[in-house]
Amino acid sequence: MEFALSEEQRMLQDSVRRFLEQNAPLDKVRLAAGNTHTVQRSLWAGASEMGIPGMLIPEDFGGMGLGFLDAAIVYEMIGRHVAPLPFLGTAVMAPLALMLAGSEAQQEKWLPRIAAGEILAGVAVTEKIGIREDAGVKARNGTLTGKSLFVIDWAEADLYIVADSDHGLHLVLPDAKGLSRRALNTIDKTRSVGELVFDQVAAEPLPRSSADAVARVIDAGRVMLAADTLGAGQMMIEKAVAYAGERKQFGRVIGSFQAVKHLCAEMAAALEPSRSLVWYAAHALDEVPGDAHLMACHAKSHLSEVGRFVARTATEVHGGMGFTDLLGLHYWFKRIGFDRQLLGGPELVRLEAARLQGWAA
Amino acid sequence: MNIDFTPEDEAFRDEVRGFIAANLPPECADSPALGVMTDKSVVKRWHKTLYEKGWAAPAWPEEYGGTGWNATQRFIFNEEIAKANAPRLMPFGLTMVGPVIYTFGNAEQKSRHLQGILSGDVWWCQGYSEPGAGSDLASLKTMAVRDGDHYVVNGQKIWTSYAHEADWIFCLVRTEQSAKRQEGISFLLIDMRTPGIEVRPIISIAGLHHLNEVFFTDVKVPVQNLIGEENKGWTYAKYLLVHERTSIGGVPESKKKAAHIRAIARAERNADGGALMDDPAFQRKLAEIEVKLTSLEYMNLRILADAAAGKAVGPQSSLLKIVGSEVQQALGELAVEAVGYYIEPFEQGVLPGGVNARGIGPAHAWNVWADYGYGRAASIYGGSNEIQHDVIAKAILNL
Repeated sequence: MEFALSEEQRMLQDSVRRFLEQNAPLDKVRLAAGNTHTVQRSLWAGASEMGIPGMLIPEDFGGMGLGFLDAAIVYEMIGRHVAPLPFLGTAVMAPLALMLAGSEAQQEKWLPRIAAGEILAGVAVTEKIGIREDAGVKARNGTLTGKSLFVIDWAEADLYIVADSDHGLHLVLPDAKGLSRRALNTIDKTRSVGELVFDQVAAEPLPRSSADAVARVIDAGRVMLAADTLGAGQMMIEKAVAYAGERKQFGRVIGSFQAVKHLCAEMAAALEPSRSLVWYAAHALDEVPGDAHLMACHAKSHLSEVGRFVARTATEVHGGMGFTDLLGLHYWFKRIGFDRQLLGGPELVRLEAARLQGWAA
Repeated sequence: MNIDFTPEDEAFRDEVRGFIAANLPPECADSPALGVMTDKSVVKRWHKTLYEKGWAAPAWPEEYGGTGWNATQRFIFNEEIAKANAPRLMPFGLTMVGPVIYTFGNAEQKSRHLQGILSGDVWWCQGYSEPGAGSDLASLKTMAVRDGDHYVVNGQKIWTSYAHEADWIFCLVRTEQSAKRQEGISFLLIDMRTPGIEVRPIISIAGLHHLNEVFFTDVKVPVQNLIGEENKGWTYAKYLLVHERTSIGGVPESKKKAAHIRAIARAERNADGGALMDDPAFQRKLAEIEVKLTSLEYMNLRILADAAAGKAVGPQSSLLKIVGSEVQQALGELAVEAVGYYIEPFEQGVLPGGVNARGIGPAHAWNVWADYGYGRAASIYGGSNEIQHDVIAKAILNL
């Protein structure tokens, strides 16, 4: 049994960490957060040089042909740095949709360009998880009509992968006639989401679409969000520990008080086991199909809860400072809060897991 | 034991409710806000309305403009105010410096300051915390050096709520370097327009500006502005900390929030399209919080009854603070869960208070995130919960 990252995976994670330390420090995140719906092109170009957009894409299409565990440890690093990168849609969910459901021609047309970092792809699948208000997209005679909310990697996308209400997946170009787009400002200013409204928009169906393909795209997205929370949570713990080691009250560093020490230890005790869960959920996407859906639910719901606990507790350890824009801790707090709801909040995902196991009607 | 409200109490409740219904500005009553921030002009107008009715400072002695109500009546009043979604009056004058002035101030200070606090015309802020003195407040370093008929103040305060809107600040300053740190501290009233004062904003996690840093550079403060005796400021500050601590649990506000969450849960759907309120898992979570809130309320009533019987409110206020902030934060979390995806849209800066003004999604979701973020402060301000646990261990359990 080998339950650990390989040497290559550790090197991959280290190189992404170094890249983000140099290229996405907090002052850059802060600047980017002022322009949420503008893609940080130089950062994306740097990530593209490392092959990040094509991680999951087979080598035949110019990608690296790596697995979900590799993608998860990369997104963990991106979460750690609250980096404004369109990774989730462009590098994971859209290529996966194309690989699972696209025709050969579609794959040949789009995957190499995604892998090269030339184009960005948004993903509109939120309505498959919980239909809100009047949202939902209907396909009819090669056109789409309806509304999709919380479209992932919405900004400057060169194509959108859109799920309809019948498990169909479609390719839609941003300049398609009848498509209107609206940016959505959210609590997390490091990632862009938006709204798409379709009025008989010409769409190209992915011919091998199925309920299973849609579910696998969502599973992958959920595991990635769990990994993002893992990385963001880890950074919050490190920041809290560092602060507790510097801040002095009553003539001692506050980390020497058991009340504060235990807050830090509780965070570590909550987060570290969940790292194993994220790894296994990602590994299951690659290698254990029978476990993959359930594990994706588990990772998503559990990391949502652990992440919230860590975000709250790390803020508490920082006292008033944790509450300010000055320190920027809130970027992590909000990123974790955003991960929690995107692609299904933990309450909904747990119900899904219970049903999957035959526990609930 | 008799914890029923008397018929007189109920009649009093009707009177309060009727007055609020007739006089509360509609923009308050209709606001979907959970109370993150209210525009200054609205608070001032409501303060004036209460002042003209004689209800601005129920807890003050009648001779200084109080209502003469007993503790139960004050509790009822606060509850009705919260239920009606009325803005909270600024506490810095009414419940903080006001009682210090009428208790420890001299006749000149009383006549100069109390009227403005009561009418709401003069706004105050609190200069206690410093960058190096938070939980360890007694380590504060802002110096006031006596020079003839005034003090010269140098130093810095932080976390000063509404300093940018305040006319006056009450400050703890060091007037002597003594062996016991608490003994060299004095309580000074400072006009915010005095030269040498600079206010810089601190933007909070919710993206709002209500906190500030306040810098003092050679600020000349007349000695007449010293409260009580020099170097006895810690005594007055401690008095202030335990005074009115009966409201620190925030019971009325939390009851209002719980009602708001019930309304959200009736409108929101669960995963199967049914009302969220009918979802057993949600019901259980809400019930757990409401039980805790009910026990907090009864504990609060018990402390009020003790206070009415003349017993001092002691370290029990630490229990109120801990449980109250936990309930408040649990409600904030549950509201986040209840609105689901709609915690995520966040548009800022159009309405007064700058909270999610454009309103994407249902109105009941607009301020849920801001309230959740702001709510993180509840376990930090007014003595962090970690400090409150220390107080309980020491002062109640004698550990």
